[in-house]
Amino acid sequence: MIEYLTSFDFLVLMIKVIVIFGGVMSALAYLTWIERKVMARVQMRPGPTRVGPFGLLQPLADGLKFLFKEDVIPTNANRFLFVAAPIVSLVAALLSFSVIPFGPWLQVTDLSVGLLFIFAITSLGVYGIVLGGWASNSKYPLMGAMRSSAQMISYELSLTLSVVGVLMIANTLSLSQLVASQQSTWLGFIPRWNIFLQPVAFLVYVVSAVAETNRLPFDLAESEQELVAGWHTEYSSMKFAMFMLAEYANMVTVSALATIMFLGGWSGPLFGPNWLQAALPTVWFVLKIFVFIFFYVLLRSTIPRFRYDQLMKFGWKVLLPLSLANILVTSFIVAIS
Amino acid sequence: MIQILFFFFAAVAAGAAINVLVQKHVLYSALSLILMLTAMSVLFILLRADFLAVIQVIVYAGAIMVLFVFVIMLLNLPEDEDGADRLRWLKFIGIPLGLFFFFLVGATVWNVEPGSGTQAPFVGSPQAIGRALFTDYLLPFEVTSLLILIALVGAVVFAKKDL
Repeated sequence: MIEYLTSFDFLVLMIKVIVIFGGVMSALAYLTWIERKVMARVQMRPGPTRVGPFGLLQPLADGLKFLFKEDVIPTNANRFLFVAAPIVSLVAALLSFSVIPFGPWLQVTDLSVGLLFIFAITSLGVYGIVLGGWASNSKYPLMGAMRSSAQMISYELSLTLSVVGVLMIANTLSLSQLVASQQSTWLGFIPRWNIFLQPVAFLVYVVSAVAETNRLPFDLAESEQELVAGWHTEYSSMKFAMFMLAEYANMVTVSALATIMFLGGWSGPLFGPNWLQAALPTVWFVLKIFVFIFFYVLLRSTIPRFRYDQLMKFGWKVLLPLSLANILVTSFIVAIS
Repeated sequence: MIQILFFFFAAVAAGAAINVLVQKHVLYSALSLILMLTAMSVLFILLRADFLAVIQVIVYAGAIMVLFVFVIMLLNLPEDEDGADRLRWLKFIGIPLGLFFFFLVGATVWNVEPGSGTQAPFVGSPQAIGRALFTDYLLPFEVTSLLILIALVGAVVFAKKDL
C-alpha cells in the first residue's frame, strides 16, 4: 500500500482528480453566468453587466455573497437531516464525474460498469431533495420534495430504458469503450455516432434528462408560482449554494452522458502539433456538452411549465412505451444482423 | 488494505442493520436500511462483483427505498409510541425463529469445507451473469418475473376499484 501511495501512477491519478474537480467546479460556477446571460438575451434584457467585463466576475461575487449570508436553520427543522441533505445532493452529483471520460487520457477511473455506476449514483441524489424537503418541516418544501421524488422515479425508467438500445449496439457498459465504438465514419464523412442509429432513443433520453434534472418545462418540484421554491424554500447561504451546484452538476452529467452515448464523446477532427492533438478531444467533448447546456437554457427561457397530471401522463404513456418499442425494434435488428 | 476496507464496511452494514431495528422513527429506520444496502454494495465490490454492486444500489437503494421514503413522507407517520405494546405477542414467534436462524447459520459454517487459500476465478461481469440467467437459471428467472407480474396485476386491482 505504501509503495502504491508513493508511486508515479498515484501521482498521475491525483493530478487527474485535481484537474477534473477544479475544472468541473469552475465550469459549474460559470454555468450560472451562462444561464443568466442567455436567458436575459432571449428575454431582451442585458443580464449581468456590472461585475467585470460582460459580468464575467458575477459567479465570484455570487460565491462570496453565499459565503457571507446568514445560515438559517428553522427552529422546528430536523437539524441533522437538514444539514445532511445538501451534502448528499452535492456528493452524489459530483461522484459521477469520476467515471466520465473527458478525453482519451483524462478520466479518473474506467469502470467496466461505468454507465450503470452513474445511474446508481444519480438515483441516490434524489434522497438529498427528499430529505431536504422533509427535514425543513414546512409545507412547501414537503410538497416540492414529494413531487420531485415521484417525477424522478417516473422519468428514471424511460431514461434508463432509452439507453438500452445504444448498449445493444455498442455491446459494452464502459464509458470509454462506448466512445471508442463510435470512432470511425460512414462513407468517409458521416461520423459513426449513435444518434444516427438511435434517433428515437436520443429524443427520449434528452426529454427524460430534462425531467430528471428538474428543469423547466418539468420543474414542478420548485415551481415558484405555487411552491415558493420547492424543496429548498427554507435553505439559505452555503447550503442553498450546494443544492444549486448539485443541480448544475446533474445537468452537466446528463449532457456528458448524452454526448458519450449519442454524439461520439470526445471524438472529433484532430490536427496541428502534438500538444494540440492531445488537447483537442477534451475541447470537442466540452463543446458538445455546451451545446446541450445551451439547449437546456433556451428551453427554460421559452417553454412554460407542464401541469402535474400532464407530466405523469407524458412520462408513463408516451416516453416509456416509446423507449420499450425502441428496445424491441433494436434488439430485433441486432439479432438478425 | 482489502481487509481493512472489508471490516470497516462490514461493521457499517451490521451497525446500520441493528439501527434499523432500534430506531423509534420509521424514517430513520429506512435511512439506516439505505446505508446498510450501500455498505453491502461495497462488500460486493471487494468481491469483484462490480455489476452486482451497482445493481444493488440502483434497484434497492435507488428505487425501492425511494418508494419507502416517499410513502413514509406521504403518510407523515407520527413517532411509534405504542409500538412495543402492539408487537408484544411477536416475541413468542420471534425468539424461536431467531434460534432457528442461528442454528441454520451454525450448521452452514460447521459444514463449510476450508478453501485452498487461492481466489476462485470468479467472473462477475454483466455478460457472465446474463449468460447464467438465460441458461442454467432460466426457470427460476422466468418464475421470478411471473411473481413480479402477479404483484403488478394485484396493485392495479387494488388501485382501481371498478375495472
